Amino acid sequence: MTPFAALLERLLFTPGRLAKIALLRDYFAHTPDPDRGYALAAIAGDLSFVAAKPAMIREITMARVDATLFEWSYDYVGDLAETVALIWPDTAPGVAPRLSEVVDALHDTSKAALPARIAGWLDLCDPSERIALLKLITGGLRVGASARLAKIALGEMAGLPADDIEEVWHGLLPPYLPLFDWLEGRAPKPDAAGAPVFRPTMLAHPLEEADAASIDWDAFRAEWKWDGIRVQLVATSGGKRLYTRTAEDISHAFPEILAAMHFLGVLDGELLVLRDGQVAPFADLQQRLNRKSPTAKMLAEFPAAVRLYDILFDGDEDLRALPFDARRQRLEAWYAQENPERMDLSPLIDFAGPEDLAQLRLGARAASIEGLMLKRGDAPYLAGRPKGPWWKWKRDPLSIDAVLMYAQRGHGRRSSIYSDYTFGLWRDDGVLVPVGKAYSGITDQELNFLDSWVRNHTTSRFGPVREVEKALVLEIIFDAAQLSTRHKSGVALRFPRISRIRTDKPAAEADRLSSLMARVVRSGIAKGETLVEAPAAAN
Amino acid sequence: MVVPHPETWLRVLPQGLYCEPGGFFIDPLRAVDRAVITHGHSDHARAGHQAVLATPDTLAIMRARMGAERAGESQQPLAYGEPLDIRGVQVTLRPAGHVLGSAQIVMEWRGSRAVVSGDYKRQDDPTCAPFEPVECDVFVTEATFGFPVFRHPPPAHEIAKLLKSLALFPERTHVIGAYSLGKSQRVIALLREAGWDGPIYIHGALTSLCALYEERGVRLGDLRAATAAKKEVLKGAIVVAPPAACADRWGRRLNDPVIARASGWMRVRQRAKMAGVELPMIISDHADWDDLLRSIAEAQAPEVWVTHGSEEALIHALSLRQIRGRALRLVGYEGEEPGEEAPDERASAPPEPGDHLPPVAEGAA
Repeated sequence: MTPFAALLERLLFTPGRLAKIALLRDYFAHTPDPDRGYALAAIAGDLSFVAAKPAMIREITMARVDATLFEWSYDYVGDLAETVALIWPDTAPGVAPRLSEVVDALHDTSKAALPARIAGWLDLCDPSERIALLKLITGGLRVGASARLAKIALGEMAGLPADDIEEVWHGLLPPYLPLFDWLEGRAPKPDAAGAPVFRPTMLAHPLEEADAASIDWDAFRAEWKWDGIRVQLVATSGGKRLYTRTAEDISHAFPEILAAMHFLGVLDGELLVLRDGQVAPFADLQQRLNRKSPTAKMLAEFPAAVRLYDILFDGDEDLRALPFDARRQRLEAWYAQENPERMDLSPLIDFAGPEDLAQLRLGARAASIEGLMLKRGDAPYLAGRPKGPWWKWKRDPLSIDAVLMYAQRGHGRRSSIYSDYTFGLWRDDGVLVPVGKAYSGITDQELNFLDSWVRNHTTSRFGPVREVEKALVLEIIFDAAQLSTRHKSGVALRFPRISRIRTDKPAAEADRLSSLMARVVRSGIAKGETLVEAPAAAN
Repeated sequence: MVVPHPETWLRVLPQGLYCEPGGFFIDPLRAVDRAVITHGHSDHARAGHQAVLATPDTLAIMRARMGAERAGESQQPLAYGEPLDIRGVQVTLRPAGHVLGSAQIVMEWRGSRAVVSGDYKRQDDPTCAPFEPVECDVFVTEATFGFPVFRHPPPAHEIAKLLKSLALFPERTHVIGAYSLGKSQRVIALLREAGWDGPIYIHGALTSLCALYEERGVRLGDLRAATAAKKEVLKGAIVVAPPAACADRWGRRLNDPVIARASGWMRVRQRAKMAGVELPMIISDHADWDDLLRSIAEAQAPEVWVTHGSEEALIHALSLRQIRGRALRLVGYEGEEPGEEAPDERASAPPEPGDHLPPVAEGAA
């Protein structure tokens, strides 16, 4: 438990991604089997046992601690596991149980024997170990690191890309001894035969002007870039899975997609909320993504579907080496034969040359579209983000002039800088309402300017947040505006970032909320044909 | 002769705790004629008193921090353990183990004895004399960490966390936010005890106090000015600075810093997170819960007065032990590192006791 607890504590307070990877790598390199495997499973959410109930934890604590002191302390600390961990009387110093010992015991301890068992462990632990133990056994472990990050750390440890680990990952079980044997050169790569494993996704580079100038347009095919999340559907003899492009298994959250997978194969597509063929705003999909298992009501209100881009495996046949054009033919043939529910094909867009596409891209203002995808007809399906075969050509962002309202210090390298900004627009009654938050888009020089401006124009403070004079205008660019019931203003922005600091503009002349609302796309578009407004409307 | 209960001769006045027969205040909150000072933190040792009585170290600290002219019109040093008669009240100073020079004020009047412990701790501290328990009729205690969730681990354990982090991130500057008086010097001394004998870089606000500790016999080793150091030099270095400086512009000179903080509040994770700390080090100069109760037990006093901190839980715990507890609610003592939720901005924030920062211009410290 000791190294695991130390890792969790460090991860909790470490904001930087690279630092987290270093911590994980250090842990995996220096912790023996099977403990590290169970830690990996805990991080990946792959451990299962009957969780201990908070009421039971409270009960065993009350047997040792005065009730009044406990309640006051709980009020003060605010977290049950942490309160118990801190208030638990230190008895004779002992050696904390190993993580593997705890996991094994949780599997075969009877419910009646569990409280005494847990109390015995708590006696042997120090406060940090107690928190880790309590969070683990109550199922409340929030690690502050994703499974993906752990795999990157493992990859670094072994000198392998994390994608190689993804290819075998979903065929393995905790404590993953064959995985560690392979990573440390003691055994061959584990065989994932038949298991529904994730296949590394092919990603695109953004198309810059210089790239566009040198591109051989005839060699490319064009598709819409749909605004959902990229997914991979895997169905093998060993099972069915729905993965994100970072190999996160989200099958449980989308049972209707799983239920529609009556085929064997691996497909690449965009997960969307689709109502009567119309793509709903991203916020709707987010409702589903936030839920581990959806209610019947959510399934009805936010029906999910997959718009297919590509086919990687047809049955057992690996199609990834085929050129895009050939895969597309296979995909269309496959679709015609299977005709799966809750899936449709992302259409190819006809175009004669770059001007055509530029016009289409400018006009693409539907909420459901982020821009265009360009794919070389002769390119195989490659892992990662190779430069050249695929381009994403996002539409130009929208912009508003908003007023800076609040600022907060950032994390890590930005921990001394006010780098998170909340901005607002004027309501018609003259009240400024917050519409979004931006963290990025500006140079270091501009960041320093904003930081000093915030420090010199603070009107009040709420913990780490400063309210500032409503006097500075920021030009904010964003990809789309969508209605939202969760925001006070009623509108949510996609990918807001700062494009310019408008010191030249008086705050009173910043945009009104009503002008933003006018740009909200209220519903999706049908299939593709009404995607395009007149290009003139785009500026 | 009836022994007078201390409540008949010790009173809480607006200026602070007053010893009536002796005619002096202890750690008064505003300027008075006669003050007895427990230790040099600015919420206890305030400027502008007429006559000041304290240990020689505390008087030196007061002069260093507020200037000789504001540290009392007349200053009377009193060594630990030497009794002094003040208008019939026998006053003795005993080590409190809080910071260099910190003292408990032992007062005896007509056979009745009260001890005002000031701020104190029981953990080992290489920079000051250890706390000495004194039996008494009334023990006056702080309760900064007056909840049973506060139990400080051995400081060596916390220093080891820092050294392990340095091994893991050898390029990053490890900056420890610590009070400029007491905590900083203790952290430096603990690092030396743990075998770190390289240079330690310090913020300008620490310079004079570290020099004073050295003059008074506390060895701190190779200290260098952090502000003058190049970023390149600070790679993998240990820097000690007041907590406020770490999160402020000053902190930008550091190389991808790991922000550590040495404070008893680091025990509660949410508090550490809110302070933007990446490496919490639970090192405190105040007694933790167990040590509060232990000190009270050793004083063997039937009655305990609590000056400041979280007194409710402590008084409840005392009642379970058949000890009478009473809250004095002396407003103005701030415990350990108050206001750390908004740790920057010296200009408008209330002054931090124990962190009497000069108004540093950027780059000047």
